[in-house]
Amino acid sequence: MATIAASAAAPLERQPTDWASPEMQGRIAARYRAERNFRRLGAGALMVAAGFLAFLLFTIVRDGWTGFLRTEARVEVMFDAATLGVDSAALRGPGAQAVLARADYVALMDKAALQLGPASDMLSDAAWLALRDRLVADPTLIGRTETLWVPVRSSIDLLAKGKYDLDAPADSRGVTDREVSDWRWLDSQGRLRTVFNQAFIGNADSTEPELAGIGGAALGSLFTLFVTIAIAFPLGVFSAAWLEEFAPRGRLADIIELSINNLAAVPSIIFGLLGLAFFLNYAGLPRSSPLVGGITLALMIMPVIVIAARVAIQAVPPSIRDAALGIGASPIQVVFQHVVPLALPGIMTGTIIGISRALGETAPLLLIGMRAFVTDTPQGLTAPATVLPMQVFLWSDDVQRGFVEKTSAAIMVLLFILILMNSVAIYLRNRFERRW
Amino acid sequence: MTLLIALLLVIGLAGFAYLAARARAGKMIVAAAGRFGAVHSRPVYHGAYVAVLALAPALIVLAGWSLVGERWIEQQVVGALPAADQPVDKLDRAALMNEVRGLVAGDLPQAFNPVAPKLAPVYAAAVANGDLLAGALAVALLCGGGLWGYGRIRPDFRARTAVESQVQAVLLLASVVAILTTFGIVLSLIFESIRFFGMVSPVEFLTGLQWSPQTALRADQVGSTGSFGAVPLFWGTIFIGAIIAMLVAIPLGLLSAIYLTQYAAPSLRRWLKPVLELLAGVPTVVYGFFAALTVAPLVRQLAVAIGMSDASSDSALAAGLVMGIMIIPFVSSMADDSLTAVPRAMRDGSLAMGATMSETVKKVMVPAALPGIVGGVLLAVSRAIGETMIVVMAAGLAANLTANPFSSVTTVTTQIVALLTGDQEFDSAKTLSAFALGLVLFCMTLVLNIYALAVVKRYREAYE
Repeated sequence: MATIAASAAAPLERQPTDWASPEMQGRIAARYRAERNFRRLGAGALMVAAGFLAFLLFTIVRDGWTGFLRTEARVEVMFDAATLGVDSAALRGPGAQAVLARADYVALMDKAALQLGPASDMLSDAAWLALRDRLVADPTLIGRTETLWVPVRSSIDLLAKGKYDLDAPADSRGVTDREVSDWRWLDSQGRLRTVFNQAFIGNADSTEPELAGIGGAALGSLFTLFVTIAIAFPLGVFSAAWLEEFAPRGRLADIIELSINNLAAVPSIIFGLLGLAFFLNYAGLPRSSPLVGGITLALMIMPVIVIAARVAIQAVPPSIRDAALGIGASPIQVVFQHVVPLALPGIMTGTIIGISRALGETAPLLLIGMRAFVTDTPQGLTAPATVLPMQVFLWSDDVQRGFVEKTSAAIMVLLFILILMNSVAIYLRNRFERRW
Repeated sequence: MTLLIALLLVIGLAGFAYLAARARAGKMIVAAAGRFGAVHSRPVYHGAYVAVLALAPALIVLAGWSLVGERWIEQQVVGALPAADQPVDKLDRAALMNEVRGLVAGDLPQAFNPVAPKLAPVYAAAVANGDLLAGALAVALLCGGGLWGYGRIRPDFRARTAVESQVQAVLLLASVVAILTTFGIVLSLIFESIRFFGMVSPVEFLTGLQWSPQTALRADQVGSTGSFGAVPLFWGTIFIGAIIAMLVAIPLGLLSAIYLTQYAAPSLRRWLKPVLELLAGVPTVVYGFFAALTVAPLVRQLAVAIGMSDASSDSALAAGLVMGIMIIPFVSSMADDSLTAVPRAMRDGSLAMGATMSETVKKVMVPAALPGIVGGVLLAVSRAIGETMIVVMAAGLAANLTANPFSSVTTVTTQIVALLTGDQEFDSAKTLSAFALGLVLFCMTLVLNIYALAVVKRYREAYE
């Protein structure tokens, strides 16, 4: 007591801080300056991240939007039975469709292309398909002349879209003088037009950029995701329900929980190794097929669904369970008639996030052979197929210049679907999620 | 085709069993004149019980057959050849079988292998017989199970209890899939790695400095053995994923999290957080394309500008930079969680003492949240070293042991993809080495994850 009283009584050794002194003012200013700088640093970091995202989207849209367009050339085609190699008498018979399907459209196209003068070989190698489609749709065209728009070669297409720097020296701009002069000639004749590229949406892969499309890959993605959802959703919901509602506390539940948490963090390519070693080499399932791809991706996203479903099930208040049990429901009825339906918005949100991850995943599918070059739309779950992100990967590897815009355009489609799915997930979360 | 018919038949019969059992239970209720409690379970449960008893064994048989059937058929077909003509090689065998299948399906107008046309009818017969046998077995099991269950329907039979234990068993099975997957991964990696280590010693693999896995076609070619020293790959993985990417991701992610939690107005935060999450939702193949097409040329120009004329066009820097950007949201959201978990009293106390916000963040918040942040960074590292598409598309294939960010290095994941895509024979050291690399990658990420989760968990407990 005495010491405290003594120290309290002792005179202050320090003078009160003089906040107005220039020295203190300087220190305060320095501290506030540091504060402002730190704040700017934080905002700057966010700006860099957001700016990078904007730059990425900008370059992709800049390179890719022209991928949805296609340049076509106008040719007048005389559907000449002799060039086509068909007998006009056979066309009136019952086998007319078969005769039309076998006709020599390539020769007809070559003949028609001559009217393009110097640029006669600048039409796409598959331009004859346009003639076939037209004639099969209307067989009475035989012997008549029709004006048709057919696709041009990729180099002309890119020239028309202004993708080359024509001021650059000829050997470094990636396009020959002849192609440039042919394009100028075609353009001056008014024979070119740019239209929406239906082939890009509908076709499968091709070696020619002007004919390649994402239709096959999109269908492959759909098949693969169908398998993924059919496996991962029930498995995920069931294991979440078991772990939350039925699992006896013990070693089994611990091991399952540990497995799920670890699987959620395993690199995706490891699942590809599993798919290759087990599903392909051991079980002998068909390579490159949506079936194997779907199973592999299902195993990959199952932990995501389980974790989300468990959180959603935990959020359902115990009073709901008690009330249902109290009026005589069995534990299974409580779970499947009350708890899971109430947790469904949360489960759906987690499932959509898992599916969008599966949709964008490429690495495990590379290992199970889904980098196949498939020129036809996939025929079924066991037929070779490719998926959208794999199509992006395959095209990005292609040396032909025309594939750059196709790759970017395919990325635009992929990102659009992903953003759409995530918006649905956010909407579901906001619309249906209840706070108890 | 037969199999599909069998499947439809089985499902149809099970449906019939359900209806029959339900009708029988319904009659029992009528017979009891609706007296409450006379029949234990409602008719739907009796129906479901019988249907499950009928369907489950039949489906197991059909699923088992579709899994192993193809192998049995292959043995039958190849076995039909005289021993001298049988293909020895696994690849030849697969090629032959493909031709036979093509001939039977009518996809292939003509076979290259002269024996294939002879085998086509054998194959068709084996498929037909096998499918018929499996289908018949499935239907027999279905009838047996169904009839047995049907016979058990009594007023006092507790069908609901039985159905519910069946449902519980299904739930348990669904949960066990996670264990099976983990085991499947570990077993397939270890099994193939053991075969690899039979050809290449583990010591050489883990400590060797030379990586050139190409095995020659002829035994007398130069370098026909290949060399499997994986240290350059490990270095490349760490260089890109744990060093360059983290130099980008840690400052940007941490500063973003600090700004979002401490400075940003709630309305701004509501907008900025989804933007960061969008960065995490972009598929990695898009980042890879961007890294290869846009960032790599810029990095190369930079290198040439500072006087490195031999700069690589697939530099470690380009891949690492883009990977770092990809990782920002992970670091940021983990740091965000850790910073919000710091008790408010600590922050308020520091501010009340007159510290500015930045001083509070630097001297109080970040030290308090450090374990959580470190855990988040470790998770991000594990994510980065397992990332595949960015490095496949933007990093090189040359296994260099260099610390120059402008030169090309290769990573574990790049090599796995390079080794396992394209033409391959499955038993060579070259393809098997991919599984050994996968095993190393799996162990690295597992250790990182377990350690990081432990750190985060201990830290959370400290404040709860």
